[in-house]
Amino acid sequence: MKHLFRRHALAAMILFLGTSAFAQSGAKPASQALTGTLAKIRDTGTITVATRSASVPFNYLDDDNKQAGYAWEIALRVVDRVKKDLKLPNLQVKTMEVTPQTRIPLVANQTVDLECSSTTHNTERERQVSFSDTFFVVGSRLLVRKESGIRYWADLVGKNVVVSAGTTAERLIREANAKNGWGINILLAKDINENFLMVETGRAQASMQDDVILFGNIARARQPYKWEVVGIPMAQEAYACMLRKDDAQFKAVVDDVIATMMKNGDMERLYKKYFLSKINVKGGVTVGMPMPEPMWELFRKPTDKPYQ
Amino acid sequence: MNYSWDWFVFFRQSVTGEGYYWQMLLRGLGWTVLLSLCSWVLALGIGTVAGVARTVPNRTARIVSGVYVHCFRNTPLLVQLFIWYFVVPELLPASWGDAIKQMNPLWNQFLTVLVALTLYSAAKAAEQVRAGIESVPRGQVHAAMALGLRAAALYRHVILPQAFRIVLPPMTSDFLNVFKNSAVALTIGLMELTGESRQLSEFSSQPFEAFVAATVIYMVVTYAVILLMRHIESRSRVPGLLGA
Repeated sequence: MKHLFRRHALAAMILFLGTSAFAQSGAKPASQALTGTLAKIRDTGTITVATRSASVPFNYLDDDNKQAGYAWEIALRVVDRVKKDLKLPNLQVKTMEVTPQTRIPLVANQTVDLECSSTTHNTERERQVSFSDTFFVVGSRLLVRKESGIRYWADLVGKNVVVSAGTTAERLIREANAKNGWGINILLAKDINENFLMVETGRAQASMQDDVILFGNIARARQPYKWEVVGIPMAQEAYACMLRKDDAQFKAVVDDVIATMMKNGDMERLYKKYFLSKINVKGGVTVGMPMPEPMWELFRKPTDKPYQ
Repeated sequence: MNYSWDWFVFFRQSVTGEGYYWQMLLRGLGWTVLLSLCSWVLALGIGTVAGVARTVPNRTARIVSGVYVHCFRNTPLLVQLFIWYFVVPELLPASWGDAIKQMNPLWNQFLTVLVALTLYSAAKAAEQVRAGIESVPRGQVHAAMALGLRAAALYRHVILPQAFRIVLPPMTSDFLNVFKNSAVALTIGLMELTGESRQLSEFSSQPFEAFVAATVIYMVVTYAVILLMRHIESRSRVPGLLGA
């Protein structure tokens, strides 16, 4: 009996020594103890990046069925940086398609490590996820037919206006409608494409969305010259990459990638590539949106502060 | 998981300044129930007619109802809804189409979903009714004819009273499906229960609470339907028939 016990104790000791030695060698690649997303990336050898199918020109599938976009390229730079920092040249990059409804749960439950697309950073969302430095600033404006006679917000009185369900635009128009007594009929669309279909088929006289999405919709429209974007931007919004909450290490990496790109001119080149030149969508279209004023300020002083 | 739960979210003010979050769910439930009940009542009527038409001797009636059932039962409800909402108004004469598109959008959406859901559910109900009719023994039909009953009286007094009792249990699950199918309404912007819970999750950033609440509400509603149908089944049961 005693003999047996001793043998067991010996086995346990060997096992213990073995595992601790193994743990030591496993921790070697990083100079400091990794936590959160970075630790997960190192342990699993994979990083999962979110993709969108039609968030033009931020994150979308182009005509050659390849993922592209302003925010997508930022995500790729973050991946490159992680490869370098963790010394993982063979890091496997997985992609995961998300929609506006699924993106927050998927980041919160750790399915997706990084989501860079047209995602607004606001304080409600900070309850579940964390955001990087802002990489784009948008304002909510109106898309109308040129002959509609709508030029200002007050022209919307008694009209049908479509917004994408659950967006900041919906929140803003509901608030403004209640406050000013405009009597607007607010229609809800499920996504960006359906939103445009609502104004195209005449069910709504105006579509209210982030201005950049409106420019993208015009660019992809069948007769782009029939449409225009009007109205003074109602409230500004910050687009940022979404990552897990309370993950200071990973956030520092993403922030640094974005800030560096802004400082060294990469971000401006990226802007020109996606907003001022032809992109490979619908046989080649140009979004044609001049850089919004607040973005110049942002490029000088990168920040992760939301507007709402 | 890195999620901060907050079950009190339903008692917080909505960020749109339009009341509390629980009111959103209540509003959604209202649409779901109204939509489902209306379309089920209509679907029962249309489904009965179409189901009977598939069994009558008249060839034209059989073909027309057969085509209807096949078209509406064998295509996804979502596709049908999109056709009703986006395509049909464009096919009508321009003035009609514009009139449809310019009517109050809420009622427009409601009526569109009502039409789509009714015709889809009616096609399924028609198949149930047909199956019920065919399960009534042929001998009874012959006996009724021998007694001198005309076709209308034959259906009214002999076939249908039995057929309906036979198909009542499968009809219950069709009825439940109407409630669940009504969620397609959110795709054209009518915010029923699923739509409102999506809104709630977007506005409050508490997606899991919102969907758990919606799930519980759906279960309560469908369980109420099951109890109601069981009650009807036991009330309409004829001793000696169907092993009762």
